[in-house]
Amino acid sequence: MSARENILARIRSANKTGKASDVIGGSAADRLTSSPISPIPDLTGNVTDRFKQRCEDAASTLDEVHQMEDVPKAVSRYLTEKELPMSLVCWPEFKNLSWSESNIQFESRGAIGDDKVGLTGSYCAVAETGTLVLLSGQDHHATTSLLPETHIAVVRRDRILKTMEEAWRLMRSEVGLLPRQVAFISGPSRTADIEMTLVYGAHGPFRVHVIVVDQ
Amino acid sequence: MEITSQDFKAVSSAKLKDEKLQKALFQAKDGFVVSRAKVVKELDNFEAIRQAASDVRDHCLAHLDEYLEAWESRAQAAGTIVHWAESYEELNAIVVKIAQDNRVKKIIKSKSMVGEETGLNEYVEGHGIEVKETDLGEYIIQQAGEHPSHIIAPATHKSKEDVSELFAKKHDRPRLEDAEKLTHEAREILRPHFLDADMGITGANFMIAETGSTVIVTNEGNGRMTTTMPRVHVAISSIEKCIPTLDDFALMMRLLPRSATGQVISNYVSMTTGPKRNEDLDGPGEFHVIILDVGRTRVLGSELREALRCIRCGACMNHCPVYQNVGGHAYGWVYPGPIGSVLTPAYNGLENAIDLPNAATLCNQCGVVCPVKIPLPDLMRKLREKQYEKNLKSKTEKWSLKVWAYVATRPKIYSMVTRVMARAGKIVGGNSGRIRKMIFAGQDWTKHRDLPSPRGRTFRDIYLNSKKINKG
Repeated sequence: MSARENILARIRSANKTGKASDVIGGSAADRLTSSPISPIPDLTGNVTDRFKQRCEDAASTLDEVHQMEDVPKAVSRYLTEKELPMSLVCWPEFKNLSWSESNIQFESRGAIGDDKVGLTGSYCAVAETGTLVLLSGQDHHATTSLLPETHIAVVRRDRILKTMEEAWRLMRSEVGLLPRQVAFISGPSRTADIEMTLVYGAHGPFRVHVIVVDQ
Repeated sequence: MEITSQDFKAVSSAKLKDEKLQKALFQAKDGFVVSRAKVVKELDNFEAIRQAASDVRDHCLAHLDEYLEAWESRAQAAGTIVHWAESYEELNAIVVKIAQDNRVKKIIKSKSMVGEETGLNEYVEGHGIEVKETDLGEYIIQQAGEHPSHIIAPATHKSKEDVSELFAKKHDRPRLEDAEKLTHEAREILRPHFLDADMGITGANFMIAETGSTVIVTNEGNGRMTTTMPRVHVAISSIEKCIPTLDDFALMMRLLPRSATGQVISNYVSMTTGPKRNEDLDGPGEFHVIILDVGRTRVLGSELREALRCIRCGACMNHCPVYQNVGGHAYGWVYPGPIGSVLTPAYNGLENAIDLPNAATLCNQCGVVCPVKIPLPDLMRKLREKQYEKNLKSKTEKWSLKVWAYVATRPKIYSMVTRVMARAGKIVGGNSGRIRKMIFAGQDWTKHRDLPSPRGRTFRDIYLNSKKINKG
């Protein structure tokens, strides 16, 4: 018998002899189809406000603009303020914005090791934890949010959801089969592995800047 | 990993005298315990969430075969190559085979406790393949040639000075003094490896049956790099990491980061379903998952099965007064602290970890903070009973317990003996009210502290007397 069969057989026999407590009950197939929601904490209040607060807690910075056309100006503001180079790599969905008006050099491609700033969109965001949800797939380079020292992400206001459960609900209805990677990003890369001292920029970006777009 | 839990007593004594370690443990304790308390308090229904998570884990274990099969078929449908391993050697051999089939020269690794169990790094390196740990803590440990002392903060026993010295030597660069500069030096050194490694190895915090996905939870971003940059990705996990649905995963994520590091969420939660798709711009061309069962099914069929609920947050060790004083290495295997005191004997045999179930005061701090309500003190008590049954206790201990049982179950004798002891204790204690040196089994107790001496009368005497007064 193969390792697989042996292991499954051992599980079955262990569950017969062992005291298998199961207050939830029902079969695995039931739960996989119904996917019941467990208790959720009280999250009353304005969703955007909570998202902003949580972003701040996670050391992300945040800006708000009215429309997509305002993004280059917001990016320029941010790069100037942080004294960062006025050039970036971005997802193709942003290539038609008026970057030259804001004096920003842009390239629509995945990031390589030396790129300093990466601009991505996001599938949605989770207010409970100040989290950006990025999906891999066509036109979505994973490297753009990973290799550069600064990650700027655009989020549409109506895509800021309360919880991770709501994000799954949206994905089940819109996406179907999950993409290769679902990345939940909450603030810049960090570590505290040396004497519990918090340091940003362990391997991923040093900074995460979120631009919320009204429409 | 070789087990050295038999040396628990000797190693603990040495660790207690290690001033550098004591300082590091004190710092870590403060960080973890205080920040966890803060984020737990933010939730209005933490206990309800905790109960739900515990129930989900139980349900999942009761149907583990079905969930693993569901996970496997969905993973395969997404193009994942699934392997099963019944021994450490088998898992290690599968990894090397995948590496050789893909002509892999360099592997980058995001931390995995299963990999620590199997001794994966040494095995792979033994086959001439380079392995780079990329989690900062794991990288430090690998450079120092040591093993992790904590499941989520592997280098917590190292001081900044240790790391300064180590990096200066290993990187052949000027010595840096602060944590930020040291971290960024490691970033600089590791970045090229991320870019040119052929294969990435990660653990998997969870496997999600609904979608056939694996998830890793990290703060540094090394996990995301490891699952994105190399052309082959291998995730190693064990059977009990399977959970039913994406919504169950959302539930676990309210507990895991809070309990582990006191964060609301970890910075990078990366969920992988299969290899690079046709439309994808990046990601590995091949994705393998190896599922291990060593010891797990045995525990599932035993009275210790609740231990399999564990989601590896480390809260039990962070809150354990024994761990807080001796650190993780004293436990002598992969998992330290209370969960280690249960898993180490359960996976490796009680006779190989005789002291671990006793390395606890049974104060239940671990049980109180466990996000999935594992009754850790009960499990340790069960192991202690087993030790007794299996004749694994020392003669002195068995003899003392027999005497105690004899006296405690005979009220008259008990009353007489305690009366004599209370009086004798008062005389020995004298004016100071302290006994400074005891004999026989008491020797060790008074080596480190005084025993407050009895006041001459037993509780029963005082109680009987007060009853008389009240009646009178």
